[in-house]
Amino acid sequence: MKKEIEFTINGKSRKLTVKPNELLLNVIREDLGLTGTKYGCGTGECGACTVLIDEEPVLSCLTLAITVDKKKVTTIEGIGTDENPHPLQQAFVETGAVQCGFCTPGMILSAKTLLDKNPNPTEDEIKRAIEGNLCRCTGYIKIIEAIKLASVRMGGRRK
Amino acid sequence: MKYSYMGKGVPRIDAFEKVTGTALYTGDLRFPGMLYTKLLKSPLGHARIVNIDTGEAEKLPGVRAVLIGKEAPYKFGIYMGDKTVLASGKVRHVGEPVAAVAADTEEIAERAVELIKVEYEELPGAFDVLKAMEDGAPLVHENMSEYRHAPFIYPKSGTNIANHFKLRKGDVERGFKEADVVIENEFYQPQVQNVQMETHTSIGQWLPNGQINIWTSAQSPFAVRHLLSVGLGVPLHKINVVVPYLGGGFGGKAGLHWEPLVVLLSKKAGGRPVRLVMTREEQFYTTAVRQGFYARIKTGAKRDGKITAGAFFYVWDAGAYADYGVNITRAAGYSCTGPYEIPHIKCDSLTVYTNHPYGTAYRGFGHPEFHFATERQMDLLARAIGMDPVEFRLKNAAVPGRITATGEKLREDAGRVDECIKAVVEAIGWGKKAPKEVNGKLRGKGIAALWKAPAMPSSTSSSAILKLNEDGSVTLSISSTEMGQGTPTGLAQMVADELQMPIEKVKVVTKRETDFSPYTWQTVASRGLFMEGNATLDAVRNLKEQVKTTAAELLGVPKKELEVAEERVFALGRPDKSIPLAKLATAGIFPDGRGIGGPVLGYGYYTAEGLTNLDPETGQGLPALMWTFGAQGAEVEVDPETGDVRVVKMASAFDIGRAINPLLLKGQVYGGIVQGIGSALMEEFIFDERGALLNKNLTDYKICRTQDIPEEMVFIPIENPQRNAPHGVRGIGEHPRISIEPAIANAIYDAAGIDLFEIPMNRERVWRALRKKGEKRAFA
Ligand code: FES
Ligand code: FES
Repeated sequence: MKKEIEFTINGKSRKLTVKPNELLLNVIREDLGLTGTKYGCGTGECGACTVLIDEEPVLSCLTLAITVDKKKVTTIEGIGTDENPHPLQQAFVETGAVQCGFCTPGMILSAKTLLDKNPNPTEDEIKRAIEGNLCRCTGYIKIIEAIKLASVRMGGRRK
Repeated sequence: MKYSYMGKGVPRIDAFEKVTGTALYTGDLRFPGMLYTKLLKSPLGHARIVNIDTGEAEKLPGVRAVLIGKEAPYKFGIYMGDKTVLASGKVRHVGEPVAAVAADTEEIAERAVELIKVEYEELPGAFDVLKAMEDGAPLVHENMSEYRHAPFIYPKSGTNIANHFKLRKGDVERGFKEADVVIENEFYQPQVQNVQMETHTSIGQWLPNGQINIWTSAQSPFAVRHLLSVGLGVPLHKINVVVPYLGGGFGGKAGLHWEPLVVLLSKKAGGRPVRLVMTREEQFYTTAVRQGFYARIKTGAKRDGKITAGAFFYVWDAGAYADYGVNITRAAGYSCTGPYEIPHIKCDSLTVYTNHPYGTAYRGFGHPEFHFATERQMDLLARAIGMDPVEFRLKNAAVPGRITATGEKLREDAGRVDECIKAVVEAIGWGKKAPKEVNGKLRGKGIAALWKAPAMPSSTSSSAILKLNEDGSVTLSISSTEMGQGTPTGLAQMVADELQMPIEKVKVVTKRETDFSPYTWQTVASRGLFMEGNATLDAVRNLKEQVKTTAAELLGVPKKELEVAEERVFALGRPDKSIPLAKLATAGIFPDGRGIGGPVLGYGYYTAEGLTNLDPETGQGLPALMWTFGAQGAEVEVDPETGDVRVVKMASAFDIGRAINPLLLKGQVYGGIVQGIGSALMEEFIFDERGALLNKNLTDYKICRTQDIPEEMVFIPIENPQRNAPHGVRGIGEHPRISIEPAIANAIYDAAGIDLFEIPMNRERVWRALRKKGEKRAFA
């Protein structure tokens, strides 16, 4: 039985009819055409599919689409604009925190929740916030540096 | 000079696309009518396929094509044409695809796969690489002698040996007689996976008119086109291969993989585009992995520290197909000594088929594996003659003027491993007094050196096209793909410097497409910045020549007096004699309206210089375009109770010739080191006795997460420029990943007094070694 759901995606309200077993990851990528959210494993082990539901990071590959009914979903496409990128996006560019870029959307979203809740995280807190996001390219160092830089720019850290 | 980008940490030109989620990877592409593929995989390691019944699957609504091995008898391979895209006649490893279904949705394809019935007759398997070499071992490929292979590959028919590389230099027996001390040891590394975050993804379309279109996560579009053409027997020019961004490659996406499968499915489905995205599980055991490795090394040295002889016996567990493996065997064979001069050498390096997942390239191309053996052996031999391991290495270091295993005399500009070692010694505080125990954990330091040259055919080439646009900007096309290494950014820096224009006016085409893009051999071997760099500089020269020729006519100034900078062509010191590049892009115009010249398209190429084939019996010759030397230092902490090893600090130095972009360079270095730590401490394929992989997910097969990285990483670039390189630069993509394992193993000895010979050095292995040594705190 298909079900109609209504939710906010990157600030815009949407109605969709989905199958009860449809995964959020597929709805985002296939139905909404937002391909910034990536498939890395499909089993909750890599974090590439991370999106925010009501500002909390979730793994969209393990989340049923029907559960976002009446909720607010944010993907990487929804946190900044070309003219006005999110400080995390800017910091990832400048510090060299991006290589192949496949883990980047999930990384940035996990980091965003961290900074929203805790504007001045310690290195350990940063590491913990992104420990579910695997990156095979960077060795994480530059990603941690980028999150620190964004935290300074967002007013969290006083140097 | 107004613009200077060399040596600057320019942010990568593709970063903005990637942080906004707009960068497109193969799996993000959509085509009308696209079908989705699922695979039926073998549950057995070695079995005859008695029967396949696809009847039920074909009847399922929404199924557009079902393909089995019998219908696809084509053999593919870059060095050894031994692989079909679906098992045919028999299966050779657990996870090998036996049938494929293309359907309207993935769900339908999945259901159809479940409806296919296969009858197998299990055969005895070859699950141990050393036993697979013995007489009478079950043969993985009975018809190996019929396979097409590269001329520098030497299979032994009637056995599982797909390649036997031989190197003989001097008289090894005499060398051992001259030695005061001779030691012999065995080492082992398991099969591992590259674990690119993007799994292998391909879309193929075989149109009724014979045109084949492919979009794929491949490192090397031209290799895909060539290998597909040869394998399928279709004309090369009818194939177009498009490669968008790659979500990591690390060698695992070099050559050809699943492109033929989607193309054949498309043909059967009447030309509709067919997509295959490997699941993570398939990425572990269906697609290519890194080969397993066994080594037996015998080395002799004099008491004064000079090595007299080395005998290297390397065996590579290629798994079921040895396509790439045979060349890894060769590359490791001619580099077998590590960065040292040894007068008398014997090396036998063998690729051996087994019934494991099939092996391929993985960052370092065999070098991380054999350096574990050689750099452990260096420490063990230093200890045996009572010499400091650093002093011992420096004494034998392959510095300029010394002779390599293949008989190459290292040039003055070849780079310096001794400087790398010394830099690491300094950074890690080698020989300095340090506490041996911190908070109940044992501390120690270890060092390992390394070298690697690109492994490629002797006449490998690259090309570049630089187009002048109507607004005076330029567009660079190359075919080296972008998979995270950042080569295109480095090339943009070179172009901006050469043309003296802002880097914002240099665009590098992101998509690679064989119908339009200039040829390059492959994006592998840490060769990109060197080879495409030389080609790009050549294209800049060619573009300058063209604009100067036209400008000379228009300005009435001899060509040789003209310069190009700041988007103009001008005569030095004569402000009136100047013309914007924009005015030359389509054609020059004389004051009376007549046109001159035409659209400007700079073309450049570079072909590897002076490389030769190696003698089949002695391995002598010149295989190396450049050597990148390096050294790694590790400081570790060993928990005497649990066997847990933590890397506290890494210090690394590489002679990169010249740092073009320190920001991206550091990315390569740190990323490589952390990959290496994963392999050193945790990564390993675990099989059951019938060859089934037990840890084929990221929970049971762990790679480094944030908490596994060292507290501190120090990188020291050494810059001795290479003469024939663009701005003196050498390759660095793979090198940070090499010699991590031995540096850590040597540090573990320093900390805990235990010698490890097997990778990974996980808790269990270390704990067992501690117990054996009598460490009382290693509780049972
Ligand atoms: S794709 Fe969801 S965690 Fe990997
Ligand atoms: S940048 Fe490639 S996986 Fe993180």
